[in-house]
Amino acid sequence: MHILKNPNFDFVRWKWHAIALSWVIIGAGLLLIWKSGLPRGVEFSGGSIVIVKFAQTPDLDRIRGTLPNGGSNAIVQSYGAPANNSVMIRVHTTGAEAGQGLSATADATVAALNQAGLGPIRATPFCAPGESNCIVGTSIVGPTVGAELQRRGILATVFALAGILVYIAFRFRFSFAVGAVVATIHDLLITLAILAFFRYELSLNVIAALLTLTGYSMNDTIVIFDRIRENTRAMRRDNIGTIVNAAVNQMLDRTIITGGTTMLSVVALYLFGGEVLKGFAFTMIIGIITGTYSSVFIAAAIVVIWQGKGPQAPMKSAPAATASPVAAGGGAVAKKSGKRRAS
Amino acid sequence: MYKNLRWKILTILAVLVLFTGIGVYPLTAMHYGWPLPGWLQAKALKLGLDLKGGVQLTLRVNTDDALRATTVSTSEQLRESLTTQGITPAINPNGATAFRVEGVSQDKDAQFRTNADEITAENYDRNILGSGNYEFRMKPTRERDLREQAVEQTLQTIDRRVNALGVTEPSIARQQGDQILVQMPGISDVARAKEIMGKTAVLEFKLVEAGPGAKDDLLKQYNGALPGDMELLPGSGQESGVFYVVKKIAPVNGQDLRVAKPGLDENNQPAVHFELKSAGAQKFGKLSGDNIGRYLAIVLDNRVVSAPRLEGRITDQGRISGGFTSESANDLSLTLKSGALPASLTYLEESVVGPTLGADSIRSGLIASATGLGLILMFMVMYYKLSGINAIVALVFNLIILLGLMAYIGATMTLPGIAGFVLTMGVGVDSNVLIFERIKEELAAQRGVRAAVNAGFNRVFLTLLDTHIASLISAAFLFQFGTGAIRGFATTLSIGLIVNLFTSIFVSKTLFELELSKRQNPALSI
Repeated sequence: MHILKNPNFDFVRWKWHAIALSWVIIGAGLLLIWKSGLPRGVEFSGGSIVIVKFAQTPDLDRIRGTLPNGGSNAIVQSYGAPANNSVMIRVHTTGAEAGQGLSATADATVAALNQAGLGPIRATPFCAPGESNCIVGTSIVGPTVGAELQRRGILATVFALAGILVYIAFRFRFSFAVGAVVATIHDLLITLAILAFFRYELSLNVIAALLTLTGYSMNDTIVIFDRIRENTRAMRRDNIGTIVNAAVNQMLDRTIITGGTTMLSVVALYLFGGEVLKGFAFTMIIGIITGTYSSVFIAAAIVVIWQGKGPQAPMKSAPAATASPVAAGGGAVAKKSGKRRAS
Repeated sequence: MYKNLRWKILTILAVLVLFTGIGVYPLTAMHYGWPLPGWLQAKALKLGLDLKGGVQLTLRVNTDDALRATTVSTSEQLRESLTTQGITPAINPNGATAFRVEGVSQDKDAQFRTNADEITAENYDRNILGSGNYEFRMKPTRERDLREQAVEQTLQTIDRRVNALGVTEPSIARQQGDQILVQMPGISDVARAKEIMGKTAVLEFKLVEAGPGAKDDLLKQYNGALPGDMELLPGSGQESGVFYVVKKIAPVNGQDLRVAKPGLDENNQPAVHFELKSAGAQKFGKLSGDNIGRYLAIVLDNRVVSAPRLEGRITDQGRISGGFTSESANDLSLTLKSGALPASLTYLEESVVGPTLGADSIRSGLIASATGLGLILMFMVMYYKLSGINAIVALVFNLIILLGLMAYIGATMTLPGIAGFVLTMGVGVDSNVLIFERIKEELAAQRGVRAAVNAGFNRVFLTLLDTHIASLISAAFLFQFGTGAIRGFATTLSIGLIVNLFTSIFVSKTLFELELSKRQNPALSI
């Protein structure tokens, strides 16, 4: 069974269009982030989260109204399955900013609910199974913690990218390493842009997803690079564009299937993984789409642009192509595409 | 036909049995109440706080407090020593790490310096400010040591207190710098836990110079300015609202305690009984014997709890009473027994996961993983037919070994860890897809089935190595810079990647060989 029978698309021809399209999305996203910022979860901005379970279906607007300042600095949303009657209340401050105990703001939130007759909500101990009008969980992050987390997130990303750059340069060629890293940065920026469009909050789980998609995007890119490396041996007399096109086409089935199956598991995570993993799953969904797109259009395009159009010398680390007739067969496919380009 | 096929199959089966035993069996057995030996139960995969429920606190040790205490006690020691020699300059602390001595007369200067150096030279640098004024500043190395000690001591004290609270499997770990992360599974009363952990519980016995009385009345007795060796302390509990003037120096303090336990006083009110160590008993005997008829303030965290009259010489036992409830007497004896905190704490972060929230997370995590796995399996069988079953076996092996390895190395399963599981499935499928697609290409190039399978695995091995190493590099940095739950994710993903190299290459290939070894001219269902 094949998804595509002998695909022979001229991907390289579309490289400038692809780069332009990416810039449009990234530019719009950056503009949005620059103008209105990226909403940050409490882990980064500091704040208090209280998750309350009510006996009946809660009226979110009424809850918002009872909070201090009319809930103007609070986010109130239902939490988990509707049958749970649970509400997550988020305030962007903690008691620490007001010089009180860290949990003062969270306590005040519960007190406000009780005062408005929405309770009585028992503050502690937390909900036992089957119980309602109690607190399910709280999370309070002081203002100093967020800055540290942000620093660590950025460091993790930079080091991961640098590490992979070195590894690919060592295993392939420097131009390949640049292509892979640029493609990955491209994926990070596109994902951030989409997150900004959907006003998704940058939480710890979203950061984990961003770093995971760094790995995923690399993965996809390396698979294609690997085939380009193999093809450079078998297709010595072809120019880099032809070689790259052949590789991308040969791997197209695999790219679609892998993207699709990974997507299946991430969509399952999005639908059934619960509230906490939703941000992670959403980020991964975007990441898989852009990761697949970028390894086909961006990473390969950068290699083509960097290497120019002359015949390619085989790479030292390339395995002997003669051991496998497939590379030669791929060459035939690629030659056809090369001719079509010329005509 | 294939060399060592039997041994390969035996190896795979042994690995499968081993990891099912370590990983899957304990979890299932605990859930259904099957027999489970204790050593195996101890190895069972641990759940993180986000799944199990519990309290997690990040706190900062205010190490300045410890420095300040050292500075005050050194300067008071100096004052006492100077007073006996008739030297009475003004001595005042200047910040946490320095104090100033002002107005040492010219004729006593040499004597002062010898005396001061004897007491302070070990920890402080003496700076001459001129005209009989000096500043003593803590040596930087000493300051660093003291801060380090304060954090370590706090860590140990909190550890004792949390254990005394009866929390099962708590984790108290040093974070970067002066931060400590406390995890207490299974409890959700964060207020009491914070109260007990954060109480500095510095117990001191100080002689009362004046009081009880209103603040202004007491100050008036000293013409508005207390002598340098005295301080004004507020009362607490049944003494609240009044103030005492007491000596700054405390001859006996909490470090001299041997035992503290809750009990009742002569009016049947809750109280805390204590016993002193022998050195403490000697000091206490001298203090009480020399001051019969005077009042002794029992000071807890700079508040006077009570100030009984010394009726006679007391040595090794005593009682603290004054407005306790039985719970607060209980908590106080617990904190006294575990020792004082050398510094106060600031809470930076707290999160409480109620028991129902954790259970919900486990359920949704399991549903998501099962759905993802089911969908992938369906696709693989539909697309790759019988070969798809190879992929499924390899994938299930991967998950079983992953679970077993995590249990074996004592890793903790967190919610992001479940995401790591789901992602590992994705990576595992990708490896198989790569191999299968390659085999298809080789078949299309008119190779024999066996040669095609061989070439498929051999060629893709390099690709897999490259992709896995690149992913491991980013997972390693995620672990390095991540905290808590994120580390759980990085751990799961890293182990999953390594296991996947084994299952997708070795296990999957052996399965192919097993199928192809049966017939002379095999066909491949792919």
